[in-house]
Amino acid sequence: MFAPDRSKYPEMVDGKPDVDLDSEKYVKIWHGPQHPGITGNMSLELTLCGDEVVECKTHVGYLHRGFEKLMERRTWIQNFPVVCRIAVPEPAFNEYLYAAALEDLAGIEPPERAQWIRNLNLEMMRLASFMAWLGGQAGAFGQGTIGQWTITHRDYLLDLFEEMTGGRIYHMYMIPGGVRAGLPDGFEVRLEAVLKRCEKLLYEIELVLLNNAVFKARAVGLGVIDKEMIDRYGITGPNQRACAIERDVRKDHPYLVYDQLDFEPITGTASDCYERTVVRYHEMHQCIDLCRQIVARMPKDGPFHQPLPNVLHWRIPPGETYVKAECTRGEKGYYVVSDGSQYPRRLCIRGPSYTHAFPVMEKLAIGTDIADIAGLMVSLHTYPPEIER
Amino acid sequence: MQQLFERLQALFAVTDFKEQRGDLAFLRIPKDHAEMLIRHLRDHEGFTHLVFFSAVDYIEDGIFRLIYMLHNYGTKDTLGVHVDISRENSTMTSIHELWAQAALYQRELKEMYGIDFPGSPGVDEDFLLEGWDEIPPMRREFDTRAYAEKTFFPRAGRTSADPRAHMQENLYPDGGES
Repeated sequence: MFAPDRSKYPEMVDGKPDVDLDSEKYVKIWHGPQHPGITGNMSLELTLCGDEVVECKTHVGYLHRGFEKLMERRTWIQNFPVVCRIAVPEPAFNEYLYAAALEDLAGIEPPERAQWIRNLNLEMMRLASFMAWLGGQAGAFGQGTIGQWTITHRDYLLDLFEEMTGGRIYHMYMIPGGVRAGLPDGFEVRLEAVLKRCEKLLYEIELVLLNNAVFKARAVGLGVIDKEMIDRYGITGPNQRACAIERDVRKDHPYLVYDQLDFEPITGTASDCYERTVVRYHEMHQCIDLCRQIVARMPKDGPFHQPLPNVLHWRIPPGETYVKAECTRGEKGYYVVSDGSQYPRRLCIRGPSYTHAFPVMEKLAIGTDIADIAGLMVSLHTYPPEIER
Repeated sequence: MQQLFERLQALFAVTDFKEQRGDLAFLRIPKDHAEMLIRHLRDHEGFTHLVFFSAVDYIEDGIFRLIYMLHNYGTKDTLGVHVDISRENSTMTSIHELWAQAALYQRELKEMYGIDFPGSPGVDEDFLLEGWDEIPPMRREFDTRAYAEKTFFPRAGRTSADPRAHMQENLYPDGGES
């Protein structure tokens, strides 16, 4: 276990370490943006004393495309290709939230079948996103092979998305009023085959990752989030649930058909990197279970879309709303303001990475061994586009 | 939520209460009372979660509308607190002592809208844009197209694929409603 020598710590002045780089006791390095151990296009500016991090500053801006500004200059319907880009591994949550916000403002109620299809889409997306994360988490501790397995299985899920929506990554499938199409013939059978493969993979990952002595030695006790930090830092999702706090938007504010599904939020107690991995691992099993529940109970026919006015000239009544959903990382929300014109007045996206990658990461990194920074970063599960919208 | 508004009305100059849904409402408070109200909501009404903090630019009225979105995990209510501040010399009291992530939102608002939060840690540091010398880009008067045309050089032979222009050309070749 890493045991830092506290006497080498710099003095704290106004809550920040007083680091004199000329003293040659410290060195400053950049972790990212081009680094296998960083999540997406961001970087950490680390100040080290030996192998120990004494200060961490997060830097973003490497992929800033001004999504929120762009969307103010596009019609309501033109924004669908834009919202998908605000979390590349799981764009469906953005599509759903944007569509749900417009429906709330315009007073549109999607048909029941569309709600079930949307819910299936979101749970498949959650599983696919967790697959990408799990590979990253294992890879950050040197187990690169697991990443190859999970990305392969993510691809099986992307094949299903392609069949369902026409797109592998960006679907633009959930539009206001419902979804663009029903499920293809025999989709349920092919989905079940993929879910079985994913289940088998998860069993193997439990053996080689969660029971791996090296992974346990490095992940247990790494990046512990105190309970007091949860509300003070606005932490949500698995990062919060690993701290024995049972909060889940799907349960607390059921949307779509979550109130008709049988599931309980998964929690842990240790609140460290290992516990967060275990919580997400069980949530992956939960995704598979929810997909099966949805397929078994969803209506097989009926309308999947509500007629809309001509979307090229669509004016949404003035007003504002905030809708939210539980994405893989926590509470994701869309705040939308309409002034009655053809364009949004303001769109503000609340992504959980905003706080997880900045204040939380900067706090947890202090005192961590440089070799564990990548594992800690991935265990917080952050996506930079949510920060630099 | 209506009862909450009545309780707040007895203590603060809150106005314009609007219930969007059963679990979502908005209200407005003057700038000088905002920090006290937000502190009261956090400490006495259970709104312990700062969901996000942002601004809307109403250039035609000469104001920025700050929006503090707060959530109460106990009652499962979400409350949006509106605070209107002038666009000229826009400053606001910092709430970085109430939530750790507030300083980051304030740093972003300083860069994107030019709203200052004196005393907020790192508020003057660059957030996304390094070496930006134009007006803050999220202000309504900032023209993204003019900036892009001035700054970047498109490849020769590129044409616009704007679906609105394309559909208008095909559906209404002789003009019509735009």
